[in-house]
Amino acid sequence: MILRPRLEDVKAIGYYLGRIILALGLAMLVPIIIGMSAGEINPIFDFLIGAEISLVFGLILIKLCFVEKDLSWMQGMIVVSLSWLVAMLLGAIPLYLSGHWKSYLDACFDSMSGFATTGLVLAQDLDHLSYAHNFWRHLIMFLGGQGIVIVAISFFVRGASGAFRMYVGEARDERILPNVISTSRFIWLVSAIYFVLGTLSLSIVAMLNGIKPFNALFHGACIFMTAFDTGGFSPQSQSILYYHSLPFEIVTIVIMILGALNFRLHYHLWAGNRREIFKNIETRTFFATVLIIFGVVAFGLMQVGSYPKAALLFRKGFYQLISGHSGTGFMTIYAAQFANEWSQIALVGMICAMALGGAVCSTTGAIKMLRIGIVFKALKEDLKRIIMPERAVIIEKFHHIKETFVEDKIARSALLITLAYLGLYFLGTIVGMLFGHSFANALFESTSAAANVGLSCGITGVNMPAALKFTYIFQMWAGRLEFMSVFVLIGFIVAAIKGKK
Amino acid sequence: MMRSQVTCHTSQVKVKGLVLFLTCVLCLAAGDLFAQSISSSELINNAKLYEGKVVTFEGEAIGDVMARGEYAWLNVNDGQNAIGIWMGKELAGEVSFTGSYKSRGDWLEITGIFNRACLEHGGDLDIHAQAIRKVRLGRAVSERLNTGKRNMVFILSGVLCAVWILKRLKLK
Repeated sequence: MILRPRLEDVKAIGYYLGRIILALGLAMLVPIIIGMSAGEINPIFDFLIGAEISLVFGLILIKLCFVEKDLSWMQGMIVVSLSWLVAMLLGAIPLYLSGHWKSYLDACFDSMSGFATTGLVLAQDLDHLSYAHNFWRHLIMFLGGQGIVIVAISFFVRGASGAFRMYVGEARDERILPNVISTSRFIWLVSAIYFVLGTLSLSIVAMLNGIKPFNALFHGACIFMTAFDTGGFSPQSQSILYYHSLPFEIVTIVIMILGALNFRLHYHLWAGNRREIFKNIETRTFFATVLIIFGVVAFGLMQVGSYPKAALLFRKGFYQLISGHSGTGFMTIYAAQFANEWSQIALVGMICAMALGGAVCSTTGAIKMLRIGIVFKALKEDLKRIIMPERAVIIEKFHHIKETFVEDKIARSALLITLAYLGLYFLGTIVGMLFGHSFANALFESTSAAANVGLSCGITGVNMPAALKFTYIFQMWAGRLEFMSVFVLIGFIVAAIKGKK
Repeated sequence: MMRSQVTCHTSQVKVKGLVLFLTCVLCLAAGDLFAQSISSSELINNAKLYEGKVVTFEGEAIGDVMARGEYAWLNVNDGQNAIGIWMGKELAGEVSFTGSYKSRGDWLEITGIFNRACLEHGGDLDIHAQAIRKVRLGRAVSERLNTGKRNMVFILSGVLCAVWILKRLKLK
């Protein structure tokens, strides 16, 4: 028997949702400052409107739903899934008001693409977008990559257990420090330090490449935020191709890889435990998959002679591969070149890279390295069981901060999430094919959306049917939250409709 | 006899004139065809077809003029895509405005060699400019105050204050 949710459930959800909305409203003050420093007028109004609507909405929810109780598991999960949808709707307001998005749906698409660190774009005339709006696009990617709830937990949420439930709901089940609030603050500390270093590096490279100092600093900050949070937005319409610079590409590759690493691994590296990087199952799996998939991509590119020299093939192939594998989505080629000049084998390699993703407890989406490693170990264990004598004791272990046995429970959990992702990739593929796209192209774009990558082979565009836009929005949202919170929200809605008192 | 010779001569002159006229028309048409700019989508989608050929591309100069030694990079957007143009510093010096939020960039006509995967520039799809013609001069865009947005800000500020006061009163 399904029970209908109680009023106190709704109130608790509303109260915490209100606090997260307040945090979002305050975040809109940042582009206002950017706009003021660039001497922009109307963009400031756009963000004032967005911030005021958010603050009014947040304050009303807090007032109407005031509770002192901590969140339950179910409530925490629903707060997370709803907060991402509400963030999309509110974050899209200033974007839509700028006039650079054809419809509010398009603005919502880019807003979700930003928060979910995907990087697919429907903006029009991006090269004339204001500094304020451009910064907001990159900031939402940074906030989304860190985790919207992490932002709120760090500064606005009291009660450690409720905070932990939201933290887990946002697809981060690893605690770096004993307390989840300390963990969230550590994630911010790591990101802030990398932000300073990364922005400086990129700004210096940009200045050396002939970009004016103000623009160099702006581009440096924006590109850092979307590279470290493996998002993929960029200030100009050509993505990284705009810079025509090998040093810029090298720095972004380093930042993308840093973003794809587990924050727990960052903690151990900071603590001086450098050996962990060589022993950890995630970094080993990442290294192995990059090598194997690069072999596939390079073979595919050589097969059709896409690039006349090996150095060019390496530069283009490796950059797109790291961008796809880390879930970033930066491009140094045009979307149409994927479809027209890359062979089917190279595209399959790219799809695999996008589908796998980076580390758990990082800013990437997709299946993730830990699960791939565990599934591979479980498979190896089963194969050994078949080959070895029946009496032999087969034990398979993996190293992720500590040595862990591959138990059935762990393997099942990894496999379930892997299957859920595969299902999500195919859902978008079928919808894409229903709108007349080829299987390869539809699979490429769907995987890119669901794995929060942002590489495009040309399907994503302003003239895309609304149904396909909704499908990709759903994929970006579900893929970013790793399903559990989404399933709980669906269950909650079903219970509210069909449940008994 | 004389009359027929004169007629024959006249008709020969007419034919020659016609041939000359047609040649001139064809030359002009060919010149026009050569000068006709190709869109970025056409270049990107049929990159192999245009590889290594001299093309004419038109668009708005956007972003920064990025000086690299004696050369410079400039990205030019024709409304569909932006393409990187590699040019000598002296050609880049002719660009007065580049497109951004506060300006419309110069509208340029670039004639140069199209590269699908440039050997010199790490495989980038680009154009190495040989000549640049400024079709339209860019301009600074003065921002007009949007009164509708301003009024909305004032109204929402009032609502926000009211909600905040109500919340404070309840707490007290």
